[in-house]
Amino acid sequence: MRRIVVGFMSTVSALVLLFSYHTSLGASTSTANGDTDAGTDATAGSGTDESTSGGTASGSRGDPGSTSSGSSPSSGASTSGTFTGEAADTRWGPVQVRVTVAGGRITKSEAVVYPDGNPRDQQINAYAVPALNEAAVEAQSSQIDALSGATVTSDGYIQSLQSAIDQANL
Amino acid sequence: MTLLEPAPGPAALPGFEGAVPIVRQPRRAFVEQIMGLPVSAHIRGPQARGPEVAEAAAEMFASLRAVEAMFSTWKPGSQVSRVRRGELCLADASAQVRLVADLCVDAGRRTRGAFSAWLPGLDGAPAFDPTGLVKGWAVQRAFETLRARLAASGPHDVLVSAGGDVVAGCSRVDTPDWRIGIEDPRDRIRTILTVPLRSGAVATSGTAARGEHIVDPATGAASGDLLSATLIGPELIWADVYATAAFVLGDRAPGWLCGLEDHAAVLVDRDGGVTVHRSSP
Repeated sequence: MRRIVVGFMSTVSALVLLFSYHTSLGASTSTANGDTDAGTDATAGSGTDESTSGGTASGSRGDPGSTSSGSSPSSGASTSGTFTGEAADTRWGPVQVRVTVAGGRITKSEAVVYPDGNPRDQQINAYAVPALNEAAVEAQSSQIDALSGATVTSDGYIQSLQSAIDQANL
Repeated sequence: MTLLEPAPGPAALPGFEGAVPIVRQPRRAFVEQIMGLPVSAHIRGPQARGPEVAEAAAEMFASLRAVEAMFSTWKPGSQVSRVRRGELCLADASAQVRLVADLCVDAGRRTRGAFSAWLPGLDGAPAFDPTGLVKGWAVQRAFETLRARLAASGPHDVLVSAGGDVVAGCSRVDTPDWRIGIEDPRDRIRTILTVPLRSGAVATSGTAARGEHIVDPATGAASGDLLSATLIGPELIWADVYATAAFVLGDRAPGWLCGLEDHAAVLVDRDGGVTVHRSSP
């Protein structure tokens, strides 16, 4: 049970990290502590901390154990429900992700707080958010460790399934 | 009563029924952007989250950066750029560059000319461009060095992915196979097939990510028969070269693939049809 909870909280972190990924290349990043549901705890928070560490890839030299070693809710961890991660400041503004879990599986993930301030933001949201949602669900349901496909460039990485897998294991 | 009582089989041993139980080992991923590609290393094993592993991964990334500095075609100071401009004779280049040039010649021979490192440059004259082989060669080498280094910390499983090409190996016996998803070239967050891998490489060539960047050395034109070609084999350097060749060959790929030893291929044709090919035993 704990494994499942840690598993999907890692995915919350992954989604938040996906959004914050590019920020480590450019603008400085900070973690905002958003309101969280009862089911959320240190996992998502430490995941977003990871993105503040800078470097070429977020968290690549980060603190060991930060993403997957967060504690799970201590009592009555359910394999169903909705869980909201902490908000992360990204280049595009704050992002907060909520996942819906049924039977231990992510069935849906959505950004509940996302940048919406200008046409560029809306454009990013229009493609990035659905792509990330699907990536998270696909990666988990097929338990894939790596993807083989036509060459992924650094620019395309943020939306790739491989990044969802990488970020979940940082 | 019979004289020959059946001997008690392995099933009689408590808690051991013919398979080593799967243990959930610590795991850690490292990601850096090198050669314009995301390169990730995944390590499974008891020390996966320890400092030695992090140090070994950092060394691997450093070695790939050194390769990039030597082989980049867009960094003007690299040896390969100097060879391309005619400032440096290939014979006078470093041992690594000469080794790669030799491997490129070998690759052309193995692929019946479908792979070539002497492609028309801007002026139309053939210029040395080993880019299509360097990534596979460098990542295979970096992977082997990383594995050898990690052996000092006990058995660990290692997977390295570089921009969609994957090489993996397992030193442990209690871990599940690595699972490599082959991307659907028409919808890149979907997979068409999953390959279980304990040791070996999976490489894909296609047009989905970078546009039509693969050209047939014979015609100079992009081939259009396939959306993607994936090769599964023992080493990334050759899986990668063969994937490029199969993509270039297009409709002619299956005929060539059936003579290729120790490799399997997954081809996606222009209509999205998926076929699996492997050499006849």
